[in-house]
Amino acid sequence: MKLECKHVWEHISEYIDGSVDAKLREDIERHLEHCEICSAILDSTRNILILTADDRTFELPVGYSERLHERLAKELKSAEKDSEKE
Amino acid sequence: MEMTRTKEAGLIARILTGEKELFHELIRPYERMVYLTLFSIVRNETEAEDGAQEAVISAYRHLASFRGDAKFSTWLTTIAINEGRKRLRKAKGAAEDSIEEKEESHEGDYTPAPLTDWREIPLEALERKELREALRGAVAELPYIYRQVLTLRDLEELNIEETAEALGITTGAVKVRLHRARMMLQKRLVPYLKTTAPARRSFFGRAL
Repeated sequence: MKLECKHVWEHISEYIDGSVDAKLREDIERHLEHCEICSAILDSTRNILILTADDRTFELPVGYSERLHERLAKELKSAEKDSEKE
Repeated sequence: MEMTRTKEAGLIARILTGEKELFHELIRPYERMVYLTLFSIVRNETEAEDGAQEAVISAYRHLASFRGDAKFSTWLTTIAINEGRKRLRKAKGAAEDSIEEKEESHEGDYTPAPLTDWREIPLEALERKELREALRGAVAELPYIYRQVLTLRDLEELNIEETAEALGITTGAVKVRLHRARMMLQKRLVPYLKTTAPARRSFFGRAL
């Protein structure tokens, strides 16, 4: 089956996730071979997702981990005291 | 990076039988995930950090109720989501509408923006600070239900099933929301991806 661009766009997300069935995957790939627009859309989307997952894009506040474990240590200590009382 | 399930189950069993200090180790691989989940809901660094701490403490206190049939990461994410929603409700008071999960039925424009010159952009473009900032802004501006799914799936890299489980929605809904979220991001970021190469007008002139 020959796919139209619009049809390819509907499946880009699932295509990237590898969750389209084999037949559709083949149709999409055939379309991509000759369609510059869809190829560019696919590449740009994929790259945006790589960038989204990159740790440097969404950074944690400085000292976040240290403060979290400090707080946790306090909690563990107070839980210990409680159980001693019992 | 993720601990194997067996190792994790072993850690949990030991914590529950008294080796409490091991909870530090159990939680370490998921610190980032907890923070990002909170941030995607409250959208404020301080609130997200306070919420992340609360969620981790809550996970510790309720560890005995964790059942091995779910993944620990999914269970923890659910706790983080609940903590975030609680904070949001408190902050917004009566104006709670914005976190209501709207139906997907409304028609929207979820088509990507066409560009033809992506391939000509050097990889270094992805390293540009400006692009990262734009991406953060674009994610922050996504409607709540889309931002939530995208955060779990594409920032925290949970799979479709885990995302569905953590949010209490179907895998079908996850896929629809994810697709729309990704297309919205693509559309928002295309202006930052364009180089000086002129677009071919005749191509875009057609009804797509």
